[in-house]
Amino acid sequence: MKITFPHLGNTYICVKSILDDLGIDYVIPPFSNKKALELGTRYTPEMVCLPLKINIGNYIQAYEMGADTILMAGGCGPCRFGYYSQLHREILRDAGFDMEIITLEGTNGAADLIAKIRKIIPDNAALVKLPAILCRAVKIAMRADELEMLSFRVRARERVRGTTDKIYRDFREKVLKTRGTKNILRLLNETERMLKEVEQDPDANPLRVGIVGEIYTGIEQFASFMIQERLGRLGVEVDRKVTVSNWIIEHMIKKGLHLPRDMEFAHAAKPWLGTMIGGHAQETIGHTAMYAKSGYDGVIQIFPFSCMPEIVAESLLPTVEKDTGIPVLSLIIDEMTGEAGYMTRVEAFVDMLEKRRESAKYAEKFLLSWN
Amino acid sequence: MRLKVGIPRSLFYYKFAPFWESFFPALGAEVVISDQTNKRILDDGVKSCVDEACLPIKLFYGHVLNLADKADYILIPRFTSISRNEYICPEFGGLPDMIRHNLKGIPKIIDTEINMRRSDKGGIKAAIEAGAILGADRRTAVTAYRTALEYMQNTCALPIPWQINSKNETRPVNWSCSKVENRPQNDSQKSENRPQNWDCQKSENCPQSCSKSENCPRGKRIRKLRIGVIGHPYNVYDKYISMDLLGKLEKYGAAVRTVEMVDEDAINCQAAKLPKPMFWNYGRLAYGAALHMAEAGEVDGFICISSFGCGVDSFVHDLIERAIRKKYGIPLITMTIDEHSGEAGFNTRLEAFVDMLQWRNQNENYISAFG
Repeated sequence: MKITFPHLGNTYICVKSILDDLGIDYVIPPFSNKKALELGTRYTPEMVCLPLKINIGNYIQAYEMGADTILMAGGCGPCRFGYYSQLHREILRDAGFDMEIITLEGTNGAADLIAKIRKIIPDNAALVKLPAILCRAVKIAMRADELEMLSFRVRARERVRGTTDKIYRDFREKVLKTRGTKNILRLLNETERMLKEVEQDPDANPLRVGIVGEIYTGIEQFASFMIQERLGRLGVEVDRKVTVSNWIIEHMIKKGLHLPRDMEFAHAAKPWLGTMIGGHAQETIGHTAMYAKSGYDGVIQIFPFSCMPEIVAESLLPTVEKDTGIPVLSLIIDEMTGEAGYMTRVEAFVDMLEKRRESAKYAEKFLLSWN
Repeated sequence: MRLKVGIPRSLFYYKFAPFWESFFPALGAEVVISDQTNKRILDDGVKSCVDEACLPIKLFYGHVLNLADKADYILIPRFTSISRNEYICPEFGGLPDMIRHNLKGIPKIIDTEINMRRSDKGGIKAAIEAGAILGADRRTAVTAYRTALEYMQNTCALPIPWQINSKNETRPVNWSCSKVENRPQNDSQKSENRPQNWDCQKSENCPQSCSKSENCPRGKRIRKLRIGVIGHPYNVYDKYISMDLLGKLEKYGAAVRTVEMVDEDAINCQAAKLPKPMFWNYGRLAYGAALHMAEAGEVDGFICISSFGCGVDSFVHDLIERAIRKKYGIPLITMTIDEHSGEAGFNTRLEAFVDMLQWRNQNENYISAFG
């Protein structure tokens, strides 16, 4: 059995470390790329959402590297993600890729979940170690997300353009060669130190933009044309509240143990969207309001074409924009989106934010050149 | 003066009309239903809704605008779930918020949440809340709920497509009919209740179903075509946006079977074969109904009507297509509708499909089970 799993931002670091420690054979598909998207688009139905297409591309590329079992998360709706694994199975079978899919989800009861885990970890000795490994893995997920956020802050302030990019990319490559939770934690620490040592411009006062929207396009950089890095290179500090570690802690640990969850976003979203409707619609609205409150310059909403919850959010955002005064740009992505047109819009948005900040600063004594 | 409750003739009107039409009068309110879908309603809807939403949602906006000055309240419940463990669609859940923030100058909204995911009591709770908005006390609301529910269950629920033509009405169910004594319970009873020209031999007036050899071009007996139409009720029965699909099929001499005509037990029996139960109400119904029709040999071909950008359709119809192709080899066509649909192109595809089915029927190599 050779396990593989789809890419989602830095999730591979976390999953890899667990599989390393358990001594399970696995293959990490190449980072999501154009070829993966092309493969995915070829085999999937036209109307399904982008993450499913890229996932299929990941699987096929991993299959070519020898993987035969897919590890996947599940859900119980109403977002389509909950049914991904079923459609994945059908698509791969019909396309002639002989792969088994193991969906780790609690919808069929705990016994089913345990049976699936046993299938992956038949070894009893490894199973005993599992809780300790999972604890470290959660820590890795949190640290990896912190590292990404740190890179966003540093990139907007660095003196020599490209330093952060280099460190961060090296890190993503180095992780692939590092084995085990402990070594990966060490690598995370080291990279964090390197990022902190990057020479920064102390006077920099970068624009601050919050990224909201669908979780996959937010976290998986390839799906959004690396928008977060590119904004950083334009000198914009990016923030994103939807992260993998947050999802693990809020949706898996706290929900599983029935602990009170962090509902700040729900509270913030109340005036516009009072209930949970699935996906990350409420987070999108809530986080936009929270960014507005903490003085961010703008918000960019990213979601794949035909994402149902985000469509609801998109149609509510103009009101949020009007009520709170924070500019919002909605970007919709599918396999046909042209990169150049997309970046033009982002750059225009950033220019607009700059002008806005300027005009606010000189609001009192704002003069046109011919006055 | 009696309060007027406006009900948009859209979305779940096609499911719950008998309930609402009985419930609100029992609370002492008058029911106003929006006009039949027409170009104006569609255009109004498209103009005021976000581009990414699906056609039925846009149409719903149009129907709400149509009711704007006709009613005191508009019924836009927040449909989270109408059945145990199943959702509908995130866009249904966000609909009241979308309408409230996108449309100005509309009457007050009855936006009670209908959530029967955990328990059936969600329905009665919603009824009490809706009653409270209209100023009815708890007891009246509960009584009205019970009567309306009974009325809906006893109202003839078998759609009779040709009534759509004769009455020039898009209602799928002859809701105006008096109560049927008892609903047909099993299949044998149902076939008696079936409209008589469902079985080809009996029909006299249909040119295609020639039990008499002189009508038949080749001197052979040709069975009347039977076509399964799979789609959301609000797409299939809306004469305008489905481009009168049912009427056209009737004109071509085909008998139509829709999801609503299939017995719920038969649906559940087929849907249970899915490895993971679907968490969309429509998903279960459509998948189960399509597979039941195929399994029972009730149809010669399938037409899937999906709206462009519908997330649920993209998964459900694809799964249906794969299942039908693999196991039964019954022809299936997916017709996608959106606000741009040209009728000529639609007709061409439909005619070609029906012709193809006719040829299959007459083909020499085809040994009909009917002799």
